[in-house]
Amino acid sequence: MFVIKYKKIFLAIAGFIMLASVASLFVFGLNFSIDFTGGSSLEVSYSERPQIEQIQGVVAEKIEGATLVRPIGESGFSIRTPFISDDEREALSVALSEQGPEYAQEKVSSVGPVIGEELKNKALVAIIIVVLVIVFFVAFAFRKVNEPISAWWYGLIAIVALIHDVLIPIGIFSILHLDIDILFVTALLAILGYSVNDTIVVFDRVRESLQSNKELRIKENFSETVGKSLQATFARSINTSLTTLIVLLTLLVITGSAIHNFILALLVGVIAGTYSSIFVASPLLVAVYERKKKK
Amino acid sequence: MNGRRIGAILLLVAIAGLGYFVYSSEKENARFPFKFGLDLAGGTELIYEADISAINQNEIDTSMQTLRDVIERRVNLFGVSEPVVQVEQASIFAGGGSEYRLVVELPGVTDVNEAVRMIGETPVLEFKLLNPNVELDETGLPVNPDDAFIDTGLTGRYLESAQLEFLGGQAQVASEPIVVINFDSEGAELFAQITRDNIGNIVAIFLDGQAISTPVVRSEITGGTAQISGGFEPEEARDLARNLNFGALPVPIGLVGTQSVGSTLGQDTLNQGVFAGITGLAIVSLFLILWYRLSGFLAVLSLSLYVLVVLSLFKLVPVVLTASGIAGFILSIGMAVDANVLIFERVKEELGGGRNLREAIEEGFKRAWPSIRDANITSLLTAVVLFWFGTSLVKGFALVFALGVITSMLTAIIATRTFMLALPAIKHFWLKTGFSK
Repeated sequence: MFVIKYKKIFLAIAGFIMLASVASLFVFGLNFSIDFTGGSSLEVSYSERPQIEQIQGVVAEKIEGATLVRPIGESGFSIRTPFISDDEREALSVALSEQGPEYAQEKVSSVGPVIGEELKNKALVAIIIVVLVIVFFVAFAFRKVNEPISAWWYGLIAIVALIHDVLIPIGIFSILHLDIDILFVTALLAILGYSVNDTIVVFDRVRESLQSNKELRIKENFSETVGKSLQATFARSINTSLTTLIVLLTLLVITGSAIHNFILALLVGVIAGTYSSIFVASPLLVAVYERKKKK
Repeated sequence: MNGRRIGAILLLVAIAGLGYFVYSSEKENARFPFKFGLDLAGGTELIYEADISAINQNEIDTSMQTLRDVIERRVNLFGVSEPVVQVEQASIFAGGGSEYRLVVELPGVTDVNEAVRMIGETPVLEFKLLNPNVELDETGLPVNPDDAFIDTGLTGRYLESAQLEFLGGQAQVASEPIVVINFDSEGAELFAQITRDNIGNIVAIFLDGQAISTPVVRSEITGGTAQISGGFEPEEARDLARNLNFGALPVPIGLVGTQSVGSTLGQDTLNQGVFAGITGLAIVSLFLILWYRLSGFLAVLSLSLYVLVVLSLFKLVPVVLTASGIAGFILSIGMAVDANVLIFERVKEELGGGRNLREAIEEGFKRAWPSIRDANITSLLTAVVLFWFGTSLVKGFALVFALGVITSMLTAIIATRTFMLALPAIKHFWLKTGFSK
């Protein structure tokens, strides 16, 4: 199986992309939305778009502190401000309504700093719990497989694959300066669920081959067993990812700004997940085995 | 006709029946319409934090429940259709301890300021005793205003009703408007005890933190009624009586977060979501039929069953659909194919190994099962954590995702299997894949 044969190349590619993601975290940082930082945001639309400088002027005049105005949609703006009171918001909407024809407030949200901080903690805890639950479940599901490498390795390698799958969307969002909001975290958690699903199908095949080899007393090199299992599940992995990608691409093309970034995160995650279950997880199984054999 | 064929026909009937149910229940006034979240239907969500510092640990739950009821009464008064008012307990991992929140969802209300006004007008009523030991400065005012009064525990929580009356009565010109409040039995007892113990003292009546009336207790009051005379204008007194009736808050609350989505934006998102779902389903079906031939067609049948079962569940449970929930559902269509693909690949392998059709199908299902099971269990575990993580937005996604995972697994192993086993003896070509002969 070419994947096992050239495993160093595929692992190097994954390693490089992961490093690049981490590097972009340090260089560009993450753009946390008000969901996490606390603050207020306002999406407004006009029938004809006024100059952005004009809107920026009005916002700066009415609201103290750091504000951000961005054009969205065909003729709207997204305005982000620190946490403001109802009176301030009222004053701001009145001023904004004078800037252009057919003013409408599409979306208003405001998050107190306490809730933002709490959510940040909760998101982190949720991700850690998902990862732990998966290690233990995989180790449990493979508990009878301890030859040639222990069941815990399957769990740990599944986690390495998951870290790969989560790091890449984070890196992409960091490079593109996209908002990290609740939906992004939801997407990450969904990617965790999807990707481990993919990885387990391959591992499962390895487990089955190992058992049948034992029953039939066939001696086979572990690398070969993994290669054959990968071969057998290859079409399935590609086809399942393909159908999921078709659906996500349709969503990305058709849906509007509301969940655009969410779909983008899922899309990147599914691609990363497919890559990792074929080109990272199984090669790592073999790498662990070879290292053990050398000792 | 054998049992398998009858089973397959029953499934086809089920598809038709569910399809009719989903379609017909979207007519006006039908019993089971889809329920849409605020981001799709348009509306406002307000998050209040309850200040429970003054409340006994074991009374928190009751107080929060009363608070919820009071706010709900108030919201209902404004004619909002299907409002949701719920108490949320948020724990903060870093600091320990927990906070209580009240989440108010107002579908159709897209003006945040109006919504805040609607709820914010509810008065907080408290009865407090003048502290006899308070330190006074030269001007006769307390040094520390917080020490001037002592909580009695008697609050608007114990209020049964309030009405406007005129002191002196008989339509005299000089009559003063007052608000008469009636306590419930518990409140009446508390009030009697407070007045009995404090004859000659001042019991101040606080409204929203301001002392509006500071009467001196002359005798024990046992009837459970009290008068508030705060030098009101008649309109003021009438509004106060009305607001007290609608509910004096047992717990002070403060606004900590708001969300509001305009109804056009929501409608657009929904239309796009539905269109994306149908398009995605059509492309996936086409792909399945082209690549997996007859098996692909059967998979499309069980995929239709899957979609219809999930849509019916959305209606019957009911699940409140949000933008991310619909995305979760559409994503699950992609994943629902997975179990089918696993099975087909396995059946093809078994056919290649020289088994006959029936054996290959049975064996293919048996061997695909552990993979399907383990893969779905991990997805379900993730959904559970997501649900726990949830704000309402994420919970919607998690619930849809979990329903999708379970239903897709069941339809694949029941429906696809039944359909395949009902097949007559056909050439193996129809069950193979891709470019193979």
